[in-house]
Amino acid sequence: MSAQSSAIVKPRKQIGFWRQVWRQRQLVILSLPVILVLLFNYVPLWGWLVAFFNYKPTTGFNVFANEFRGLEYFQALFQDEYFWRGLKNSLGMGVLKIIFSYVFSLMLAVMINEVRVSWFKRTVQTISYLPHFVSWVVAANLIFVTFSPDSGIVNEVLLALGIIDHPVSFMGMPQIFWLMVALADVWKSAGYNAIVYLAAMTSIDPSLYESADIDGAGRFSKIWNITLPSITPTIKILLVLSIGRLLSVGFEQVYLLKSASTTETASTLEVYIYDFYMKYGMWAQGSAMSIFNSLVSVVLIVGCNLLAKRLDGEGIM
Amino acid sequence: MTAQPMQKQKMKTGLVSTKTANLIFDIVNTILLLMVCVITLYPFLNTVAISFNDSTDAVYGGIYLWPRVFSLRSYETILLQSSTIPHSAMISALRAVIGTALSIPLSMMLAYVMSRRDFVLRSAVTKMVLFTMYVSGGLIPTFLTYRAYGLMNNFLVYILPGCISAFNVLVMRSFIQGLPYELIESAKIDGASEYRILFGIVFPLSMPVIATIGLFVSVSQWNQWFDTMLYCSGEKDLITLQYELKRILDTANSMTGDSVTADAMASTASEGSGRVTTQTIRAAMTVISVVPIACVYPFLQKYFVKGLTLGAVKG
Repeated sequence: MSAQSSAIVKPRKQIGFWRQVWRQRQLVILSLPVILVLLFNYVPLWGWLVAFFNYKPTTGFNVFANEFRGLEYFQALFQDEYFWRGLKNSLGMGVLKIIFSYVFSLMLAVMINEVRVSWFKRTVQTISYLPHFVSWVVAANLIFVTFSPDSGIVNEVLLALGIIDHPVSFMGMPQIFWLMVALADVWKSAGYNAIVYLAAMTSIDPSLYESADIDGAGRFSKIWNITLPSITPTIKILLVLSIGRLLSVGFEQVYLLKSASTTETASTLEVYIYDFYMKYGMWAQGSAMSIFNSLVSVVLIVGCNLLAKRLDGEGIM
Repeated sequence: MTAQPMQKQKMKTGLVSTKTANLIFDIVNTILLLMVCVITLYPFLNTVAISFNDSTDAVYGGIYLWPRVFSLRSYETILLQSSTIPHSAMISALRAVIGTALSIPLSMMLAYVMSRRDFVLRSAVTKMVLFTMYVSGGLIPTFLTYRAYGLMNNFLVYILPGCISAFNVLVMRSFIQGLPYELIESAKIDGASEYRILFGIVFPLSMPVIATIGLFVSVSQWNQWFDTMLYCSGEKDLITLQYELKRILDTANSMTGDSVTADAMASTASEGSGRVTTQTIRAAMTVISVVPIACVYPFLQKYFVKGLTLGAVKG
């Protein structure tokens, strides 16, 4: 029966499509801002073609006026040792940042959630959001001053405690640059990232805690057995989302925190694109690298989404 | 509510140790959270203190939460003697105001059509907006495209590209979907046009989400520096406050330490009586660029917390 009715409805729908568009023309007009999306998000994808040509900027949009080089620039990319160094730095920093950001924002959310005094809770939250709203320029500035070997507070405290015997230039050490970036990220966004976890925690059924109280459960066991399991779906979704952005988050941060002495471990793929290809006008090579970045991101997102689906039968996209 | 007296009774009768354990937990938790607050706030407060300190004295270090030799010279230098900094602050403010004023209605328009289940092009529009969250052209293709548009050294490059953000539109859509649909339905029966429904009914009801997105957009506009460096570094009149701050940061970092008087602005100031070092200038500029944000976001806290969770749950 349903097959019959759909067979009748279908042709009518086909005729009706443009008529329906006309009838909803006001909504079509309200959709016009997609033109901006087209111009500024989709047209740049056209620029991917640049990676296959010996591109000269004077040709503008007419990429085909240049000499076709095929996959030459991609081959060159994979033979470039700086590319592999950049990839290593991007992945290393990306993974470290995800781990740190997860552990610390989750811990902060749990700690805030355990506070009973509401004005204290609100104050801590308000303060913890502040770094998120300042620019990375300001944040980098504050971080340089704080870790400065020249009367920075971290060095002064460590010296006073006798942990170190002479000032250390934390931001100038290539061996710990990844760690510093991850810590800077925690300082700037842990409070803000905790919002989502806290919101998930408020929807936990309070009767769970009440019955745990009756059973004489301690605070840690309530956190471990009630709070954390209840927000697992949220944790999983955010993890999948952040893995998808593994290679593409944090250009500003790394670019501003790096210095001449940390180039070796600070040059991520994106920093490399800007600092090298862009400055020397090597458009094709830089575009090839951008394409690689975007493709890896898409693969990661789709892969993680499939994984999430397999894990709990529900994707996030 | 009913569990409360029961719980108290239980504690009184036997489990004193649970009570002490609870107390210890609360104390440790409070101390840890206070430490979080100190770590978060100290760099800001220290910068405020340095900015109000005399700059030749600041070179010796050891300023923590309070200026040692109070002076307003750094602020005077920035606000009265510098020709570039007030102008760059104005550009930043302008882009925040114009960017937000344009982004909000245009994003609301898209969010509204995406929330209308009966709209024939709904899924096409939604997919087009969503896709941009996952794939972008990348730095160089985007740069070449915008340059071909003639956006180099053009104020519009600050406004147009970031105008529609997929994330913001999704948050707005989730909010509009939560409004009672009967409102729209009955307005339609009364013969209201779609424009009327959107700007006369949906808009006033969406103030919480508009406040949230307005905060996001204006803060990110105010904080931008990279697009200035990329597209407008050749045009002195279009330089933003953050980019100016970045340049001063660069000159300071390329020198050996903080005690440098090398910056052009500092040297013009040093022609007068007291010398002004980049250290205090930088601190004062940081304060100027943070104060507007610090004054606004606490009041919008309840909105953006709600807006963010809406977007995260349904987006």
